[in-house]
Amino acid sequence: MLDCTRREFFGLLGGLASAALYRPLPPSAAQDSLPGTGPSGRLFDPARAGRPLPPVTARDNDAAIQVIEKQLKCTCGCNQDVYTCRTTDFSCTTSPAMHQRVLQLADRGQDAQEIIDQFVRENGVQILMAPPKRGFNLAGYFLPTVLILVAAAVLVMALRRWARAAAARPAAPAAPAALDATAAELERLRRELDSLPG
Amino acid sequence: MTVLGNLALWVAFLVGIWGALTGFAGGLLGRADLQQSARHAVFAMCAALVTAVFALEWALFHHDFNVEYVAAYTSRNLPIFYTWSALYAGQKGSLLFWASVLSLFGSLALTFTSRRHAPLLPYVAGVVCAVAAFFVTVMLFAANPFARLAFTPLDGNGLNPQLQNPGMVFHPPMLYLGYISITIPYAFAMAALLSRRLDTDWLVAIRKWTLVSWLFLSIGLLLGMWWAYVELGWGGYWAWDPVENAALLPWLTMTAFLHSVMIQEKRGMLKKWNLALVIGSWLLSVMGTFITRSGVISSVHSFTQSPVGYYFLVFLVVAAAASFTLYARRLPLLDAEARLESMVSREASFLFNNLLFVGIAFSVLWGTLFPILSELVQGTKVTVGPPFFNQVNIPLGLALLALTGIGPLIAWRRASLPNLRRQFAVPVTTGGFVGLILLLGGMRDGWALMAIALAGFVAATVAQEFARGAHARHRQYGEPYALALARLVGRNRRRYGGYIVHTGILILFIAFAGMAFKTETQVTLRPGERATIRSPYGWTYRLTHLGISQYDALNRQVTAATLEVERDGKRLGVLTTEKRQHVDGLGRPTFQPSTEVGIRSDLREDLYVVLGGVVNGTEQAVFRFTINPLVWWVWYGGVVLVVGGLVVMWPGGGSPAVKRVQAGYVVRLVGEQ
Ligand code: HEM
Repeated sequence: MLDCTRREFFGLLGGLASAALYRPLPPSAAQDSLPGTGPSGRLFDPARAGRPLPPVTARDNDAAIQVIEKQLKCTCGCNQDVYTCRTTDFSCTTSPAMHQRVLQLADRGQDAQEIIDQFVRENGVQILMAPPKRGFNLAGYFLPTVLILVAAAVLVMALRRWARAAAARPAAPAAPAALDATAAELERLRRELDSLPG
Repeated sequence: MTVLGNLALWVAFLVGIWGALTGFAGGLLGRADLQQSARHAVFAMCAALVTAVFALEWALFHHDFNVEYVAAYTSRNLPIFYTWSALYAGQKGSLLFWASVLSLFGSLALTFTSRRHAPLLPYVAGVVCAVAAFFVTVMLFAANPFARLAFTPLDGNGLNPQLQNPGMVFHPPMLYLGYISITIPYAFAMAALLSRRLDTDWLVAIRKWTLVSWLFLSIGLLLGMWWAYVELGWGGYWAWDPVENAALLPWLTMTAFLHSVMIQEKRGMLKKWNLALVIGSWLLSVMGTFITRSGVISSVHSFTQSPVGYYFLVFLVVAAAASFTLYARRLPLLDAEARLESMVSREASFLFNNLLFVGIAFSVLWGTLFPILSELVQGTKVTVGPPFFNQVNIPLGLALLALTGIGPLIAWRRASLPNLRRQFAVPVTTGGFVGLILLLGGMRDGWALMAIALAGFVAATVAQEFARGAHARHRQYGEPYALALARLVGRNRRRYGGYIVHTGILILFIAFAGMAFKTETQVTLRPGERATIRSPYGWTYRLTHLGISQYDALNRQVTAATLEVERDGKRLGVLTTEKRQHVDGLGRPTFQPSTEVGIRSDLREDLYVVLGGVVNGTEQAVFRFTINPLVWWVWYGGVVLVVGGLVVMWPGGGSPAVKRVQAGYVVRLVGEQ
């Protein structure tokens, strides 16, 4: 729907604000499939519909499980996390298996961190979608930002020096302060000159 | 036809080498005959490469499956549209596409560049020929698109289903056009260095070209996002994949260049930096092509699968060494003509702008290469996925957004305190107000809140600039406001076009913030059953599974599930999502079944429906329902950005500095040195 009324447009921000009020429903309430509606018709050629799938259970939608699976990388080579892979590429059998493993560990009473640690023990750190923040990985996380901050500091110092040098130069009288015009007026003049044709 | 193709490649190869030699020699020795020959070499190369493209398209359209490339990327039943685009679906074809478009751009540059820049042109011809000759070399010796098989298969493999999407027909060429056209500014930069004509003039010659490639790259990136969103089915548009990052890198450095070049035009400063940015952007664009086409980052092993990786690596190293050696030798000629006078000035804000753009580019490059570095340094491979990139780059992106608002508010040379107060009062209040409303409305995602508040700030700066400009014209010339606004933009396309681009960027940031509120649910439904999902806005969607139909289409067997969609009790329509099993002309399955997403968009959110598969071969189907707030604003923001870019580029509205140079005199403002 491309058309939008002005009200819709202005409703946007308000709507967004209300977004934060949203609390996910418990998974069982999120789907109100009618139980016992009888068998569904068979497809003409089920093979065309891809790999046969088991019905979705409430736990497949569990928000806590989603959070864990979004931190684990599927090992099928898709470069996606387990949750995204198993809900996107339905021909992959790796991510459903990893999902089952997560559920199994959760059933054993392990919490999110323990489950993730278990995966790391079994598969190495590359199973994590982002490397743990320790050792050399810290350079991965912080080096660019630190470099930008250092460069910014150097820039500020250099600018200060240049500004001082500029102020000390004899050419200073030509600066706007000595003119019979305010900075705003000068800026306006500059704009008007800029907007002259040709 | 493959004979013609091969012949054309050999002609292009020889002519390219000749053009490179005569271009450089002609320029250095000042010999007009060699210069003329180099110019003709570019045109001849273009003709030869277009012939090669024609030969490959001929083979594609005539289903000559004895040609390996044709068999690998097409089949008899592939729609014509995609048969054409198979030209750049594979590595070999893309190389051909790259080389031919480069020679075409080179020809255009040589034809349309003003006579004033004539001394630069032989070198430009030389660089274009050398670069295109490299691509032809790779084709001839490592990845020939005309290579034949020992046998002729009955039908080809067909095109990867994910590439069978209109977005994919336009996205790669746009991205390539962006990558390729950077070669022209690079060629001009090299020409300026070689000919020692390092005045502001050469900038005028390349600014338009830089804008052209920036615009193509922007469109390519946006189309890529759109394709990923509608075709890949994971429900997002940006995954920080190495290939996406590779395209983002030159875009960032070129955007930096578009800004810093203004300082050089207006104040004669930053010459060294600007040249380095042009050279860097070009090297990044070649690296982007290399990464896109070799898969070297995702797996180091793919490097060794074909020798193409080595060719590119050697080329990159040689080109970087040659460019920067030349650059270093000319540094003494690149001294600034003026100095910065104040930290609070437009010039200074552009310096910080460049720092951020280049810093973000470094950060993206660093993250992309980090798995390899980690393997080298600590011996363990790590995964650097979206959570990593988001953590590192969201704060940097927001700083950039803030600066997009701040920069244009600060006067050139030196801003005074009252001037700053006057400029910042409304925008800062607006930004604060937007933030407060969101906070009171209950938004608790800090990054999203900051992004939208900052977008409000930037929007107010842009609105203020337009309003003040229009108001001034209204007062001065008595023009009605609408006309005043139109003339304002028309008379000063660069500045106001730039502000329109900034508006596009702020809309994009709002759209990105929306993704923080994405929700996903998986459901199994029998026909007649419904699922209820709540959207982040508090609405309730009801989706009723109407049933599944199966039918054959041109090159695929389709399984389509249809759902009826209601929102808060109001019927919105039906959505269809499909599984497609692609088949070749003989009905044999090719590739894994792929998914076609059903999307219902409006301004606030998208309902994104994916058919996962069926249970026990029945109509009971597994779906994934995703609600993506504000996704449409990515496409709107993209359109605004492109429109702004076109306004900036539109002929005739060149910068005052350019006009002054062209007019042969220079106006100096009182007080300017
Ligand atoms: C992602 C972010 C940005 C994009 C895509 C972008 C893009 C552009 C473009 C294409 C132009 C027109 C350039 C030309 O005329 O050749 C422009 C102009 C401008 N940009 Fe940006 N920009 C961005 C961020 C910034 C930032 C951070 C600043 C802060 C200093 C800034 C300040 C300006 C100014 C002041 C102009 C107008 C200059 C004039 O008066 O002509 N921009 N921008």
